[in-house]
Amino acid sequence: MKHIISALVENKPGVLAHVAGMFAARAFNIDSLVVGRTEDPALSRMTIVVVGDDRVVEQVRKQLAKIVPVVKVQDFVGQPVVARDLMLISISAPAEKRPEIISLIETFKGKVVDIGQKFVMVEISGPEAKIEGFIEMCRPYGIKSVARTGTIAMPRQSKVSGE
Amino acid sequence: MPKKRSSAKSAGKSITKTGAQIIVDTLIEQGVETMFGYPGGVVLPLFDKLYDAPIRFIVPRHEQGGCHMADGFARATGKVGVIVVTSGPGACNLVTGLATAMMDSVPIVALTGQVRTELIGNDAFQEADTTGITRPVTKYNSIVKDVKELARAIREAFHIASTGRPGPVLIDIPVDIQVAKCSDDDGTELKLPGYKIMRGGHARQISSAAAAINASERPVLYVGGGVISANASEELRALAEKAHIPVTMTLLGLGSYDQSKAESLDMLGMHGTAYANYAVQECDLLIAVGARFDDRVTGKVKTFAPHAKIVHIDIDPASISKNVHVDIPVVGDAKHILGELAKEVEYGERKAWFSRIAGWKKKHPLGYDRNSSVIKPQYVIEQVCEQTGGEAIITTGVGQNQMWAAQFYRFHRARQLISSGGLGTMGYGLPAAIGAQVGRPDATVIDIDGDHSFNMTLTELRTAVEYELPIKVCILNNGYMGMVRQWQELFYNKRYSKTYLANPEYAEVAEALGAAGIMVEKKADVPKAIRKMLAEKKPCVVDFRVEREENVWPMVPAGASISEMDGLDILESMA
Repeated sequence: MKHIISALVENKPGVLAHVAGMFAARAFNIDSLVVGRTEDPALSRMTIVVVGDDRVVEQVRKQLAKIVPVVKVQDFVGQPVVARDLMLISISAPAEKRPEIISLIETFKGKVVDIGQKFVMVEISGPEAKIEGFIEMCRPYGIKSVARTGTIAMPRQSKVSGE
Repeated sequence: MPKKRSSAKSAGKSITKTGAQIIVDTLIEQGVETMFGYPGGVVLPLFDKLYDAPIRFIVPRHEQGGCHMADGFARATGKVGVIVVTSGPGACNLVTGLATAMMDSVPIVALTGQVRTELIGNDAFQEADTTGITRPVTKYNSIVKDVKELARAIREAFHIASTGRPGPVLIDIPVDIQVAKCSDDDGTELKLPGYKIMRGGHARQISSAAAAINASERPVLYVGGGVISANASEELRALAEKAHIPVTMTLLGLGSYDQSKAESLDMLGMHGTAYANYAVQECDLLIAVGARFDDRVTGKVKTFAPHAKIVHIDIDPASISKNVHVDIPVVGDAKHILGELAKEVEYGERKAWFSRIAGWKKKHPLGYDRNSSVIKPQYVIEQVCEQTGGEAIITTGVGQNQMWAAQFYRFHRARQLISSGGLGTMGYGLPAAIGAQVGRPDATVIDIDGDHSFNMTLTELRTAVEYELPIKVCILNNGYMGMVRQWQELFYNKRYSKTYLANPEYAEVAEALGAAGIMVEKKADVPKAIRKMLAEKKPCVVDFRVEREENVWPMVPAGASISEMDGLDILESMA
């Protein structure tokens, strides 16, 4: 099953290589890996989506924690989290199909960020399932290219879902 | 092993020093009296400062040898081994040595020179991506790009190498950082927010482990190198005696428990004793201490210790439940935890268990054909053991020589056996012996080696001569890469593919390199040759022409349970 693991790491050169190298050396599968800065310039956050059974993911967590510049590791499995993916997708959109494509984009709360004679580029964010769903809906029109960030996530503080 | 960091050492506040001077001063501050290394282009500034530094410096013939020497030094003394080499090829030649130390958790600090900062990434002369290449084979590494961070980086290296689960740490230092001047370094504070060590051991977990021991009818202590790196032999002895528990050791654990004691089951695993393997397979409680359930120990994991509840004491949380499910994990320092555990355990007679073990010991002792007219390798080791009173420091090559050394030398104390267990690095024995002798000048240090292991690093014999290190080398010369040949015999229908190489006359090679050399062909000459070797003041190589196709027994075939040992019938027939 999929686990979202969040690792707070020192913002130093070589840390990403170390983490990625550990995954490769120990034959763990990464679904996605996102690195970004945090509120503290000395720290970055890596959000890693890993597929594996509990034992494998437990090892992933421990091996990550063992890497010296990795400060803190959390596995979000079993707790409510907000998980988001951001995607840019370019879809074939000839004039006659455009209205239905636009309505599809609106349904998914996407945003048209570029448009030409034969295509639209859409920015869309949300849980992974929504992104996947949108891709499926776009397929019949013809997808030119897709760029995705991979998942970032944060545990929910409140019990109230804003969704 | 917390390192002392003198706070008064924030000197340099007003003094301006070069990076090279900072390196030397920080090494001295960290207590370094001996180091190993090989000069080169981008470490010239550092070597200039080492020219008159109060540090004993050993130059090997090859950087790999130097790294194994630092490793042997560290294992023999418990101190951090230090090696300094140049960039590119110098750094690349460390890789095998670092990987050896990494697998066996040996504290090493490696300093490598690097090309000038502005050239990095330009494929400069003797440039290699050292931190990239060595990242998987070090506990930690980093490159220093600001001279102000240099002292701190080195202090952190010593701290990381020697604490927690020890391991090698590499610091890459560009040549311009070595010549840069610095009057105000970063201070003595370590900045390692991600480096935490759990020393204590959870009190409730310790109590559960104690309760499990007290309730157990058939317990076994299974101890590894972690007990030795934690200097916990005394605590292990106290626990085993107080609770009355038999002890089996991994290759790296040998020496942590006195093998002359009745509770010793000696080594377990692929070439372990039958009584150790049977005991593990029948025990109801397995107490693993500083061991990692390596495949050479467990055999088929699914059937390993099938009736046992498992307690695992280890300082590395990632070792726990990695290969085998653990019922009672205790994370922390073995010395502390074994001490606490001993307070809570009670003596258990376990008469039936010990008599069952005694039965196995009687039925399946280790052995070989003592009546053979040719020199048996096991006989050589027994003679070495006898003549050194079991008190020598033994290093080994890898393969049959290593297994026989583990089986037939009887170890009493920690740090007596120095062997590449995890990585299985052929060529380790000679340089490791040199490092051990440097660290323990008064000890008798003997490398029990195979001919082809010895071939790999024999150039270092000259290093031993140069520094007047009276190491001994016993080559169990069978002409083959013996262990590989054994597998070819057993599993590849005796097709000895590429495992035979013609050897030189080692005694003559030794003499030519300035050491003493002895060749022994007759069994009757073995004791005399060993006496001569031990009396020799120079480094001494003895070339024992042993039985060519002797096998190591017992043997757990790959993928079998450890109670399914081959060769027990052979041992029985020779008893």
